[in-house]
Amino acid sequence: MISILASCLIILGALFTLVAGIGMVRMPDLYCRMHAATKAGAFGVGLILIAMVMIIPGPRTLIQGLLIVLFFYLTAPIAAHMIGRAGLLRKIELWRVQAEETEVTDSSNQAQSQLTERS
Amino acid sequence: MYSESFEVPHLVVVLAQIIVCLAMFLSAWRVWKGPTVMDRVAALDLFASLIMTQFILLVFSSGFISYLDVATAIAIVSFLATVAFARYLEREEAEL
Repeated sequence: MISILASCLIILGALFTLVAGIGMVRMPDLYCRMHAATKAGAFGVGLILIAMVMIIPGPRTLIQGLLIVLFFYLTAPIAAHMIGRAGLLRKIELWRVQAEETEVTDSSNQAQSQLTERS
Repeated sequence: MYSESFEVPHLVVVLAQIIVCLAMFLSAWRVWKGPTVMDRVAALDLFASLIMTQFILLVFSSGFISYLDVATAIAIVSFLATVAFARYLEREEAEL
């Protein structure tokens, strides 16, 4: 029973990392790509680690799996935040829909200029 | 440290390794192609986490629990590398 559940978790985690890879290729913008890579990749790693702790019982795998998950979930948002901030400061363009949405683009331009002035 | 009591079928682990390898190819394509530097940095961040996933899957297929230490080290080092790259490339005039 546990082996079936763990197999499902392993395949699901691998599929989530594949979703992260596909998002890396298909997304139109640096910020969208960073979003896809960070969230889906971290979730896939977490699922595979849960499967590993289920299959190999014992204190060592439990502690080390918890350590990896804790560290990864703690640092992945920080890394994504740093990448997005550096992208904004380097004035990498935001992706816009091809329609005339002046309101949205105005507010995003304002935020970008504010962040650039502050630094 | 070697453990023999794995109940996961071998096919599942090999299939997961192939899927993660596909994701690694996609991420490497973005490193190769990326229009800006920050795209490459984000893709390298994803690539490091995928290498970590491969090492965790290697625990299943080989039986050595010691590969978890490698995964921990890669998690720490990849975070430091990403933060260092981002801090360095914040200034617009930075080359690379």
